[in-house]
Amino acid sequence: MFEGGLYPYWIVIFLMMTGLYVVISRDNLVKKVIGLNIFQVSVIMFYVAMGKVRGGTAPIQAEGFTVYSNPLPHVLMLTAIVVGVATTALALALVVRINEAYDTIEEDELRELEREEEA
Amino acid sequence: MTGSDLLARVSDDLPALQIAVPLLSAAICLLVRRARAAWAIAMVVAWGSFASACVLLSRVLHSGTISYAEGGWRAPWGIELRIDLLNALVLLVVTFICAIVLTASPRSLDQEIWREHHHKFCALYLLCMTGLAGMTITGDAFNIFVFLEISSLSSYALIAQGTTRRALTSSLQYLVMGTIGGTFILLGIGMIYMVTGTLNIADMAVQLAAVGPNRTVLVALACIGIGTGIKLAVFPLHIWLPNAYTYAPAIVTAFLAATATKVAYYVLVRFVFSIFGASLAFGELRLDAVLMPLAIAAMFVGSFVAIFQDDTKRMLAYSSVAQIGYMVLGLSLASVTGLTGGLVHLFNHAIMKSGLFLVMAAVLLQVGSTRLEAFAGLGRRMPITMAAFVVAGLSLIGVPLTVGFVSKWYLVMGALEGGLWPVAVLILLSSLLALIYIWRVVEVAYFRQPPEDAPEVCEAPASLLVPIWVLAGATVFFGIFTSLSVGLASAAARMLFGVEL
Repeated sequence: MFEGGLYPYWIVIFLMMTGLYVVISRDNLVKKVIGLNIFQVSVIMFYVAMGKVRGGTAPIQAEGFTVYSNPLPHVLMLTAIVVGVATTALALALVVRINEAYDTIEEDELRELEREEEA
Repeated sequence: MTGSDLLARVSDDLPALQIAVPLLSAAICLLVRRARAAWAIAMVVAWGSFASACVLLSRVLHSGTISYAEGGWRAPWGIELRIDLLNALVLLVVTFICAIVLTASPRSLDQEIWREHHHKFCALYLLCMTGLAGMTITGDAFNIFVFLEISSLSSYALIAQGTTRRALTSSLQYLVMGTIGGTFILLGIGMIYMVTGTLNIADMAVQLAAVGPNRTVLVALACIGIGTGIKLAVFPLHIWLPNAYTYAPAIVTAFLAATATKVAYYVLVRFVFSIFGASLAFGELRLDAVLMPLAIAAMFVGSFVAIFQDDTKRMLAYSSVAQIGYMVLGLSLASVTGLTGGLVHLFNHAIMKSGLFLVMAAVLLQVGSTRLEAFAGLGRRMPITMAAFVVAGLSLIGVPLTVGFVSKWYLVMGALEGGLWPVAVLILLSSLLALIYIWRVVEVAYFRQPPEDAPEVCEAPASLLVPIWVLAGATVFFGIFTSLSVGLASAAARMLFGVEL
């Protein structure tokens, strides 16, 4: 199960499921955002693991460097990290505004308030 | 350099300018800080994008697929912008809706957003447009993810501008679901990259065909299906949509309802047909068996729930869920006629839904509410607006001589061609549900007297009426003269199935 260098993918799957579970199960909006972050990070790890070659170095064209890791997935993840930061920032900004507007960031209480508003 | 040389250079670079100009203008809008000046800049950019989309389309029709190497790096190593019949059509729809909704926006924005925030609104609007145009014309799979996030992040911010506090919770709900969707798409692209070692869409297709079906490819298709399914709001992944559309500012709803889900549909079609290939996706992986029941469920659940809504904006949002069902059904029929129906419906639904949501903006502006009882007597007091609602509503039902009839015709034909006559019956039955929810509004507007103490209401301003009637007129025009929409859609569908033109 863990042979052949596959264990990074098990870590990825564990993180991904943890993140999704936190997003679904927690009522606190900040915890939801944290879960979302864990979920995104798992995919970043997936790409990094994909590009890594055991014993491989950075792609340097010189004497003594023969095995390279693939730099492309690693570079792509710089963009994904930026996207993740932007998403988290926007989500937290919304949570702040929700807290100002409703005086709570617990989803069950928000739902209660919204139901009262409709009635 | 002479003028004509410069023009030739600019016109060669049109694909890149389609993305770069709105992106840079968004920053300029932020710097101007004056409401009307920012709006004027956005208007010039939006209509310019539409003109450029027209030029690109005519060039594709004239001389075939355009491939543009960004920065001079040749594909498959560099990032390619690739415009063929399919995305030229989608680009035309998206830029037209962007431009026409922005034209209608000033009065409605004055009502719903503080004037000192208007320049920020214009910046976000242009950013969203950048993302949507980028997703549409890029030929690079990872680029799709990047542009998806640009358009998504700006649309979350646009939705949060709504006047009630529920806009904030709706926006966050959309953000959570949308981010999960985007991340699933990223995961799927990563898996295809593992198998093929390339990110270029055309190159991926070649490499995947050589590899054939294996478990990684299957999981990649599942991830991309779920990811685009969330962004497209396929039943049962639609729960973010009704709240987001209901509580967003009316202009934002008209804009997003007609563009965001359409581009997500395009991405799904692009992945299924151009990357995985029809024989792999439908033959080996049985995508149609998953999508068709969901599409039919969406058609009925969306329309059925719409009947019981007291807020007409929410009613139209649920109707969008049903209409997305028709588009997905077209894809899942896995035939040229079916996909033609799906693509024509993309075109048609964009026109009629943006028209209907602009009517909502006009009613909100004049009456102050979009609840059903607020429509009482509007048939007499806002006759021009309500007539447009009736025309676009008839189209939503699928009455002949409107665009809705054209797309349903092709969907029914596609179902019959595949020997699926129960599906054809279900398409017709679900249209009857649309008749009920549109009739509820028409009945209140034309046959119910307004209460005695109701304030005087007059017709909407011309800045809203003209765009509304351009869209309502288009639903009739393209219902009669179908050569542009159907011609392009069926040519694109034949291209995707690899049938000779």
